[in-house]
Amino acid sequence: MRRLITTIGAVGLLTLVFVGGPKAVEACAGLIGPNGAVNLGRTTTLAAYDNGIEHYVTSFEFQGGGGEFGSLIPLPGVPTNVEKGGAWTLQRLEQETQPPVPEAAQSLRSAGAAFDEATVLQEVKIDALDITVLEGGGESIAQWATEHGFRLSPDAPEVLDFYSQRSPIFLAAVFDGDAAAERGQALGDGTPVHITMPTTNPWVPLRILALGKPAEDVVQANVYLLTDDRPALLWGNAEGTSITHSKPATSLLLDDLRSDEGMGWVPQSAWLTKMEIDSAAGDMTFDLAVDASGQNQPSRVAAGLEILSEADSGISMATIWTATALALVVLAGVAVLRMPRRSPQA
Amino acid sequence: MKSLATPLLVIAATALVMSAPLLSGCGNEAGATASTEHTIDIRYSQFETESITVPVGEAVTITLRNDDPIDHEWMVGDAAMHERHRTGTEPFHHEIPTEVTIPALETRVTTLTFADPGEYLYICHLPGHEAYGMVGTLRVIS
Repeated sequence: MRRLITTIGAVGLLTLVFVGGPKAVEACAGLIGPNGAVNLGRTTTLAAYDNGIEHYVTSFEFQGGGGEFGSLIPLPGVPTNVEKGGAWTLQRLEQETQPPVPEAAQSLRSAGAAFDEATVLQEVKIDALDITVLEGGGESIAQWATEHGFRLSPDAPEVLDFYSQRSPIFLAAVFDGDAAAERGQALGDGTPVHITMPTTNPWVPLRILALGKPAEDVVQANVYLLTDDRPALLWGNAEGTSITHSKPATSLLLDDLRSDEGMGWVPQSAWLTKMEIDSAAGDMTFDLAVDASGQNQPSRVAAGLEILSEADSGISMATIWTATALALVVLAGVAVLRMPRRSPQA
Repeated sequence: MKSLATPLLVIAATALVMSAPLLSGCGNEAGATASTEHTIDIRYSQFETESITVPVGEAVTITLRNDDPIDHEWMVGDAAMHERHRTGTEPFHHEIPTEVTIPALETRVTTLTFADPGEYLYICHLPGHEAYGMVGTLRVIS
């Protein structure tokens, strides 16, 4: 059976919904259907960063049906561990920030390097999920996915390049609907996944949330950040994307999170930030850069607002020349406007 | 102040001239003369050549180069033909010169002759690709 694939920004706790057949795909969430459409429900993500380690916990939700469905997730670095995540961390975070009150890269490792083929770094099975950590360029990751039966949406080549230029690490998660059914998983049951990776600064891939969606579709997501101190954040322009919570995490919240399975790493004190996204897919052309170092300098590259090197691009040169021309025209115009009128000659 | 404005305008004009050839690759071939050989590159699920012009009644060779790691199609024809393929289920096309599948990172060459002048669209009918913008125009002129 051919797998369907979607790529999801997995920077913490993220909910993907897998469904069984084409009809269900169109009705539910998170997948690229046979017509190329993606209907991704609101996802929730926690990117926690403490002592140079980033923690992601991802929940894959079973929505019935058989067959296999997959997800590709760009990661800021090579995971040191991929394991089953805590059972209710996501829900506890939602509870903490309701009602609403007002992420990376050791990553830049081998960024932009060419890869003939993707390298499998890790393979982990968690319940009905088969997880593969891959290293490769956008092209080789796409080839790997195709060879493994996934169908990529038309925007995938550009989006995979967008990520692989900054970090060549991806996580492919294949959800086996038949295995889930055999395990007795009920509709809506989630499989949380906790990814641990060292990074110099976290970033949260947001653009991936729009993969396969028509520009006018809406991307909805909640992104939680847990950092030692108040982080400096940078992202692109998208109406409907905003920070709705930014304050020290309460001891009660941290104690609760720490008591969940595999969450013993949660520090004694932290700053909790919540970003809510309710934006048009066409506007989601950026990621969320996080500077948790205290230097207040989130990276434009990590935010996807700048590429690492512009040396290769004729378009860049054209842009530079055009911008130069326009700037000079404006300057010249200003200069002309400011020219003093000549006195009429006698 | 006039002495500042003049050189700025000259430099700006120079910059615009410099930018023109670099930008020209993004344009179409409107007004171009008909040719019997064309190359259409595909990258990031876009036909980088958005329109071509061919002569009526002559064999035309079109090279289709897919630089993407996913498959694409190049289907040229009238509105009825495209409508049929929008709901079609054929996974590959390789026997009709006007219907070509170009596998990932491969190149295909097709040769075809148009009997009548007119304007036709070429479209990739894989799911979602037309909506993503994989549409171009082929003009047949006498």
